[in-house]
Amino acid sequence: MSDPTSISEPIVAEATDAALAAISSATTMNELKSVRASHAGESSPLARLNAQLKDVPAAERAAAGKLVGQARARVTQAIAEREAELSVAEEAERLAGEAVDVTAVASRWNKGARHPLNLLMEQMSDIFIGMGWEVAEGPELENEWFNFDAMNFDEDHPARAMQDTFFIEPAEKHLILRTHTSPVQIRSLLERPLPVYVVAPGKVFRTDELDATHTPVFHQIEGLAIDKGLTMAHLRGTLEHLARAMFGADAQIRLRPNYFPFTEPSAEMDVWQPNAKGGARWVEWGGCGMVNANVLRAAGIDPEEYQGFAFGMGIERTLQFRNDMNDMRDMVEGDIRFSQQFGMVV
Amino acid sequence: MRVPISWLSEFVDVAPDVTHEQVHAALVKVGFEEEDVHGFELSGPIVVGQVLEFVEKEQSNGKTIRWCQVDVGEAEPRGIVCGAHNFEVGDKVVVSLPGAILPGPFPIAARKTYGHVSDGMIASARELGLGDEHAGILRLVTLGLDPEVGTDAISLLGLDDFAVEINVTPDRGYAFSIRGVAREYATSTGAAFTDPAAVEPAKATGFSVTIGDRAPIRDRVGASVFVSRVVRGVDATRPTPPWMVSRLALAGIRSISLVVDVTNYVMLELGQPIHAYDLDRVAGGLVVRRAKAGEKLTTLDGKERALNEEDLVIADDSGAIGLAGVMGGASTEIGAASTHVLIEAANFEPVSIARTARRHKLPSEASRRFERGVDPAVAAVAAARVVSLLEELGGGSAEALGSFFDESVAPAPIDLPEKHVENIVGFAYSADEITGALEAIGATVEVSGDGWRVTPPTWRPDLTDKTTLVEEVARIVGYEHIPSVLPIAPPGRGLTREQRLRRAAANSLAFAGLTEVLAYPFVSTASNDLFGSAEAGTVPAMKLANPLDPDAALMRTSLWPGLIAAARRNLSRGLTDLALFEVGVVFRPVAGEKYGSGPLPLGTVRPADEELAALRASIPPQPWHVGALFLGDGILKQPAQAAVASGLADALDAARQLAASVGARIEIASGSHQALHPGRTAEIRVGENLIGYAGELLPSVAADLDLPRVVALLELDLDALVAGASTEVTTSAIAGLPAATQDLSLVVPEDVPAGELLDILIQGAGELLEHARLVDDYRGTGIPEGSKSLTFALRFRAADRTLTAAEASEAKQAAVALAADRVGAKLRE
Repeated sequence: MSDPTSISEPIVAEATDAALAAISSATTMNELKSVRASHAGESSPLARLNAQLKDVPAAERAAAGKLVGQARARVTQAIAEREAELSVAEEAERLAGEAVDVTAVASRWNKGARHPLNLLMEQMSDIFIGMGWEVAEGPELENEWFNFDAMNFDEDHPARAMQDTFFIEPAEKHLILRTHTSPVQIRSLLERPLPVYVVAPGKVFRTDELDATHTPVFHQIEGLAIDKGLTMAHLRGTLEHLARAMFGADAQIRLRPNYFPFTEPSAEMDVWQPNAKGGARWVEWGGCGMVNANVLRAAGIDPEEYQGFAFGMGIERTLQFRNDMNDMRDMVEGDIRFSQQFGMVV
Repeated sequence: MRVPISWLSEFVDVAPDVTHEQVHAALVKVGFEEEDVHGFELSGPIVVGQVLEFVEKEQSNGKTIRWCQVDVGEAEPRGIVCGAHNFEVGDKVVVSLPGAILPGPFPIAARKTYGHVSDGMIASARELGLGDEHAGILRLVTLGLDPEVGTDAISLLGLDDFAVEINVTPDRGYAFSIRGVAREYATSTGAAFTDPAAVEPAKATGFSVTIGDRAPIRDRVGASVFVSRVVRGVDATRPTPPWMVSRLALAGIRSISLVVDVTNYVMLELGQPIHAYDLDRVAGGLVVRRAKAGEKLTTLDGKERALNEEDLVIADDSGAIGLAGVMGGASTEIGAASTHVLIEAANFEPVSIARTARRHKLPSEASRRFERGVDPAVAAVAAARVVSLLEELGGGSAEALGSFFDESVAPAPIDLPEKHVENIVGFAYSADEITGALEAIGATVEVSGDGWRVTPPTWRPDLTDKTTLVEEVARIVGYEHIPSVLPIAPPGRGLTREQRLRRAAANSLAFAGLTEVLAYPFVSTASNDLFGSAEAGTVPAMKLANPLDPDAALMRTSLWPGLIAAARRNLSRGLTDLALFEVGVVFRPVAGEKYGSGPLPLGTVRPADEELAALRASIPPQPWHVGALFLGDGILKQPAQAAVASGLADALDAARQLAASVGARIEIASGSHQALHPGRTAEIRVGENLIGYAGELLPSVAADLDLPRVVALLELDLDALVAGASTEVTTSAIAGLPAATQDLSLVVPEDVPAGELLDILIQGAGELLEHARLVDDYRGTGIPEGSKSLTFALRFRAADRTLTAAEASEAKQAAVALAADRVGAKLRE
C-alpha cells in the first residue's frame, strides 16, 4: 500500500534535486553509473514515485503523472549531459597519456641511396630522351675492332698507344675492356636504321692506378647523331642545350680545336658553369667533333649522304666539378656515407 | 712541347713583355692545349764575380772549405765561403748576393758559416737551374764566357727566359718544333712569321749511303730521305754557349756536350731529329736496312738489345750501328776526343719507327717526332744548320763530303668543293677566309671548278682529304664563329623496357633502404671460384693480360666479391649496420667456348655480314646482375624498439622487392651454394629458370673475411628476371561482396616446407580462395615429435554472391583433403 499523499510537489522536487546534485558531483563514468542506478534506476525515489501513480486517485493522476514524468526527464537529460562531459574529459585524459616524444619515435625504415654517378648518367640520358634521342648500350668487354679499328684508330697510330688499355689474355685475340663508350657508336650505326640519335652512358676502363684524380674504372656518356645535313652548329646547339639543362640558363659552351681519330674536325669542349661554388668559371668537360668519314664507312654508311657529330664526357669529372668534389676515391670505394649524401637525388 | 719565348721570337713577332698567359691563349685558340709554364724561378742580385784569393780551411766535420775573396764589381771584395774545389784564383764565377733567390726557392742572405760571415754564394749550374752539374761551381770559362766583373748574370746566362708548355696532338707532328709552333702563333695572332727552313741548303756528295729495305712495312720503304754531311776538325770539348744551354734547359733537355747539344738544338728548332756519328769510328759507308736475324746492338744508353727483323737499322761494314730514328749506337758515339763528325738527317717511316720504339720500350725525342711525321723537306736544311753551328761553335769546317737521298712523295692535291666547309661547319665562310686560312698553314690553293685544289705543305701529312681541310679553316678562322642550332631528332621511343626496369629495380632497392655501390670488376681466382658458382670447382672467367693487381686478374662472374669488399671497407670505418646493393655487369664465359678474334677486318670499310657476326660472337655473355648484402642490424635498437638483426629475411625481401619492381613472379625454394649456409640458402627461380640465390654466408667464410657471423647475400640475374617478367598484367574485376575468413591449422611432418603446403592449400581450395597466408609455425606440447603445426589465414570470396559459411567450409575441407593426400597433413584438434 502506498501513501497517496506521497506524490507531492515537494517530495518530487526533493528527489529531483538529490538526483541532480548527485549527477553533477559524479566525476567519473563509473560514479555516474552508480548515480544513474540510485537516482534513475528501478529502485530510485523517482521510479518508486512513478510506480505509486497507479494508486493516485484518477482525478489527480494526470497532474501527478506529469509532475513525476517531467522530473524523470530532467534527471535522464542531466545524466546524458554529464555523460557527454565526462566522456570528453576521459578521452582527453587518455590521449594525454598516449603522448610520445615525436623526436624519439623509433624508425623502422632505413634511408637508402642510389650511387650519384648512376643518377647523373640517368639524368643526362633523360635530357636526351626528352629530345627524342634513345639510349644505346654495348658490352664492357669488347672486341678491339669496335673499340679501335672501326673508330679510325690505325693499328700503328700513336693515338692507339695513347690509351692505356686492359687486354684480355691472350692479347693477340683482340679482346679488351672498352677504353671509351665509342664502340657503342659503331654498334648503333651497324644495328639501327638511319637517322641515328643516341646517347651511350656506361662504364669504361683504363690502366690508371687509383688516386685522387684517376680511377681504372670510370664512366662516360657519349652522344652520336647521324643524319642528313648535320653540322658543327648542330653539335654546338646540342651541347648548349645539355649544358643549360644541367647548369642553368646561363651556361655556355666553348669549343677549342683538338684531335681525336674518330672525329674530323675535332674539338675540346669547355662549359661555362654559372653557379660554380667560388664563382662562375670555364671547366673542361669533354671532347667532340664531326664523325670521321672512316667511322661511317666502317658502318657501311656513305659519308657523302649522311654526316653527323659525336661528343663525350666523363661522368666522374662532371660530378666532381658540378658538386665540387675533390677526391675521386670517394666515388669508387663504396663507403655508404658517400652515396647517402645524395640519397635519391644528384 | 716546351717553347722558350726567346726562341719563338726569332721566327715570329712576339711582344717583348708578353706573358705566358697571352702565349698560351694564342696557342689554345689554334688547338694546342695549355700544359704548364717553365722558368728559372730565380731573382737577383746574381752577378759575375772573380775569385781574387782563397784560403782552404779544414773543418771539424772533415770537409775542407775555401774562404774566398770575390770581386763582384764593388769597391771592396766580398768574403764568401765555398765548399767546391774546382776553381782557381782568377776564375770568373756566378755570385748570388744577399737578397737573391735561387730556384727552390732558396733565398740567399749573409750568414755565418764555418766561422766566417759568407756574404753571398758562388753558384753551381744546378743551383741556377741550368742542368744537373753539381760537382763544383759554375766557371764561366767553361761556357766560353769572359764577361766584366759585376755583369748581371741572369741576362748573361739567359735565365730571364721562360717557356710555355703545350700539348701537341698526335696529328700535328710539325708542332714538335719551334718552327711549327711559331707558324701557329703567327696564324693565331696575325704576327709576321719567318720560316727558318726557307733557305736553299747546300747538298754534299761522295759519302756512300745505301737504302736497302728488303721488307718494307705496309709497302713503305723505311727511309724516304737520307741526308749526310761531314764536318772535320770539331773541338768536341768546347763549351756549349749559355744561350743554347738555357734554351735546352727550358725545353727540358739537359746539356751534354757541344755536338750533342747542337743536334738537339736543331731538332727542337726545325723538328728534324739529327744523329751525329764519330766519323773515325764508322767503318765504310752507311746502309739503311732491316735488322738481320740474331743481330745485336748496344744503344747509347749502354743496353745491348736483341734486334727484331722488322727493326730498321743504320749499319756500316761492322754491322748495325744505330736503331734508325730511335736511338744511336754506342760504338760510333761522339766523345771528347772526336774531331770528325758525320751528321745524319733522315726521314723514317712512322709505322716502322713506332713499332721499334714500342718493341724496345724506347720512346725518344727522335722516335716521338718520326712517329707523328717529320717534314721530309727539312732534312737538308737541318743538316746544313748543324754544320754551320759546329763551324761556328766547335771550330769545325764543313766538307763537301756527304750524301743526299730524297724519294719522299710530294703531298697529293685535294679538291675542296666550294660548299664543303659550310656543309660541315654550318657557317658560311667567305672564299677569302677559306683560301686565307689554307695559305696561312702553308698550303697552296688554286681555284678549280666549283672550289679549290689545295696542295698541303710537306709538314702536314695529316691533311689527306677534304674534311681535314675543313678543320684547318674552322680552327684558323676560329671555332667561336660556329653558330648554335638545336637539331630536331625524329620522335624517339624512350627508354627500352629493359632500361626502364633496370632503373626500377635499382630505385626499388634504394627506396627499400639499401645503398648502391659501384665495385671494380676485378677479382682473384679464389674469390671467383668460391662465389662464381654454386658448386665447388674452377669457374671459367675472362683473365686480364695486364691487370693492375696480379692477384685480381679475373673479370668478375658474381657481384658478391665486390659487395663483400665494400662491406669490409665500411666495417673498417666503423659502419657496422649495412644494406648494400649493386646493379652491374658480370662476365660469364661458357666453359669450352673460345672467345676472341684472329686478324681483324679493316676499320675503314664495313666488314661482310659473316665477319660482323663473328666479331659480335667473339665476346663472352655479359649479363646484368643485381646483388645485395646485409649485415649488422636491419632495424636499430631505439626507445621502445628492440634491434632486429639482418639475415636471410632481408635477402629474400630484397628478391621479392626486385621481382615486384619489374613485374616478375619468383619462386623461392630451399637450395644450396658452396659459399652459403647449408640450412639458410634459397634458390630463386622465374618459372623453371634458376636465376640466383639468397642466403647467409657460410660462417667459416665470413670468419676468413673478417666479417660478422651473419652476412646475408642475394644475387639475381637481372636480365633473366626482366626477361621472365610478364609484359602484360592480367587483371580481374575487384569483387565488392563480403569475404569469409577462416583460420586453418594443419599438423605436418617437420620437413614439409610451408611454401609447399601453402601451394597445396591454394590448389585444393579452388577459386573461392582469394588469399592465403602462413601466420604461425608451432612445435611442442600437443604436437607429436617430428611434426609441426602450421596455421594459415584463409580468405574466401565469390565474385557473384555472398558466400555462405557452408560454402567456405566446403572449400576449406577440399584444401585439407588435398594436403592430407599429398603430405599427410592432419587437421589440428
